[in-house]
Amino acid sequence: MSADGIERIAAAFAASGKRSALMPYMMGGYPDLERSLAVGEACIAGGADMLELGVPFSDPLADGPTIHAAATAALAAGTSVSDVLDLAAALTGRIAVIMMAYANTVLTPGIEPFLDRLADVGVSGLIVPDLPFEESDELERAAERRGIALVALVAPTTTDVRLHEIGARTRGFLYVVSVTGTTGERSGGPVSLRPLLERAKAATNVPVALGFGISTADQAAAAADAGADGVIVGSRLVRAAGEDSDGAAAVGRLVAEFATALAAPVA
Amino acid sequence: MSAVEARKSVPHRYGPYGGQYVPETLMPALAELESAWLDAWSDAAFRSELALLARDYVGRPTPLYEASRLSERVGHAVYLKREDLNHTGSHKLNNALGQALLARRMGKQRVIAETGAGQHGVASATACALLAIECVVYMGEEDMRRQQPNVQRMELLGARVEAVSAGARTLKEAVSAAIRDWVEHVDSTHYIIGSAVGPAPYPAIVRELQRTIGDESRAQLLGRVGRLPSRVIACVGGGSNSIGMFAGFVEDAEVELIGVEAAGEGLASGRHGAPLTAGGRAGVLHGSLSAVLQDDDGQILEAHSISAGLDYPGSGPEHAHLRDSGRARYVAVTDKDALVAFRELTRLEGIIPALESAHAVAWLLANSVGELDVVCLSGRGDKDLAEVIALSASR
Ligand SMILES: Cc1ncc(COP(=O)(O)O)c(C=O)c1O
Repeated sequence: MSADGIERIAAAFAASGKRSALMPYMMGGYPDLERSLAVGEACIAGGADMLELGVPFSDPLADGPTIHAAATAALAAGTSVSDVLDLAAALTGRIAVIMMAYANTVLTPGIEPFLDRLADVGVSGLIVPDLPFEESDELERAAERRGIALVALVAPTTTDVRLHEIGARTRGFLYVVSVTGTTGERSGGPVSLRPLLERAKAATNVPVALGFGISTADQAAAAADAGADGVIVGSRLVRAAGEDSDGAAAVGRLVAEFATALAAPVA
Repeated sequence: MSAVEARKSVPHRYGPYGGQYVPETLMPALAELESAWLDAWSDAAFRSELALLARDYVGRPTPLYEASRLSERVGHAVYLKREDLNHTGSHKLNNALGQALLARRMGKQRVIAETGAGQHGVASATACALLAIECVVYMGEEDMRRQQPNVQRMELLGARVEAVSAGARTLKEAVSAAIRDWVEHVDSTHYIIGSAVGPAPYPAIVRELQRTIGDESRAQLLGRVGRLPSRVIACVGGGSNSIGMFAGFVEDAEVELIGVEAAGEGLASGRHGAPLTAGGRAGVLHGSLSAVLQDDDGQILEAHSISAGLDYPGSGPEHAHLRDSGRARYVAVTDKDALVAFRELTRLEGIIPALESAHAVAWLLANSVGELDVVCLSGRGDKDLAEVIALSASR
């Protein structure tokens, strides 16, 4: 088992050497288990600083068509939660892994047993996109005891009162959803990234990472320019993982492009 | 408890069930909805506008009909609460109209809804036509096939019907698609959820808007025979007609409350829509914790029922609590028995019931030990004719 997950995430932000840390999202078990391991490895080789690993769920309400379809395909390929934990175990030696799982995936086995399994395989953080802070007390306490970062999300619709509450409660980083919507590729950029990020930063003392709808290197660079400490790229990479005959290679190339876009200017 | 939560007078939890398991994006909208609802429900003008429309547009109060041939058949008095006589043919308009008025009051120009049997979609499209609000209805492709007349009705009413092709292409996926739409358009849009499910405050709102079923039934029966029923029987999909009916009687300890779920091809087959009856671990579906059909990993399973309105793997959180507390009892009826009851009620009383409601009638036919029963006839069966006739031909 790795060191404290919360510390490991902090160290990964500190050591990224980029303008914003690069945090690719991948769907566990997509297109199938073996190839998803290759996708994870390609993310690492391409220059990822942390990895978000999605657990496929039958009814992913926060996800748009690409990730929803990938989850459906992963489940159809027979992927179980234990398979995704095994996958995590194969990756956590090399990179900080943050697992993204829906509430029912966490609650069904029970919070304590589920977190024990995360800790066993060395997962550093957990994101539960359908668990607002009103419902998260018990999970927060259980994660804290294990040094696992329970990463909370804020959205453009989040009020100031909520933002401060969430900013104080989140661990590892604050996940800023850049659009009012589900995950998915979007053209152009959200209208006002900078105010969104400034608002978020004022509400927390952990790094702030931007996600949802970032699908081009230009959009990632714009997020870095606007002050994001981390950039999460999901649907674009998931699409690549599924569409090419060698999805992992395609993901690796894209991750490398994002890494270049986020690289610090040579002094 | 945080300051944000301080003003709360709609229940969020029913025992351990309920809650708000939704993306953060929706949380402010749920708070806005709750406060708009509390405000509207305590506003006499809002209440009287709804009451007037309920009377002159929906056709309330609906009759409580003493079904004499059915009574004779089971050996005791049976009254049918005629929700099938509501405008649009089911209880769904009680909720849709109330929520559409609320949407207008909140200044929302767009309404979305999901539908299984098409009854809630038709009710929402109707209320939106009346109030001149844009309406989009999500419906699974399989349900569009088996409830074709309702698709045409919604389109005539000016609604856009969005076909949902994910999963089993039935009600569960339609609700998910509607919630995703709401996440995208939360500022302009109100989501009229069609049953007593979803994140708080929805189960409480839907219950209040449907409790007219139970309140009227109670008053009508007391007025007519001067006593309470021994049993109140209603079908349970998500649980809105049943919770509305139960709300009128839940304080009367001597009245037995019976919720009838869909046993589909039989509980043992695993192909059913009876999470409350089947039991098992509670789970989160569509924003609340309740009885659901799920596997060991927490993946939600597909439901199976001949009746599109009962073809749902989840259940309203208050029902799960009523079950655990023992206040209500949940049972299930197979497709086969529901079809028999569909025909039987039609021949006995000249009333063609919705396949959903036929489940409640079927349970009564098989359990005729009561003294005085009230059955909620939640809707009429016109929408089901093609399906029933096709099934009979293939058997
Ligand atoms: C006539 C009728 N009855 C019952 C139902 C089941 O819903 P609920 O359990 O919310 O009453 C439906 C749903 O479509 C319906 O159309």
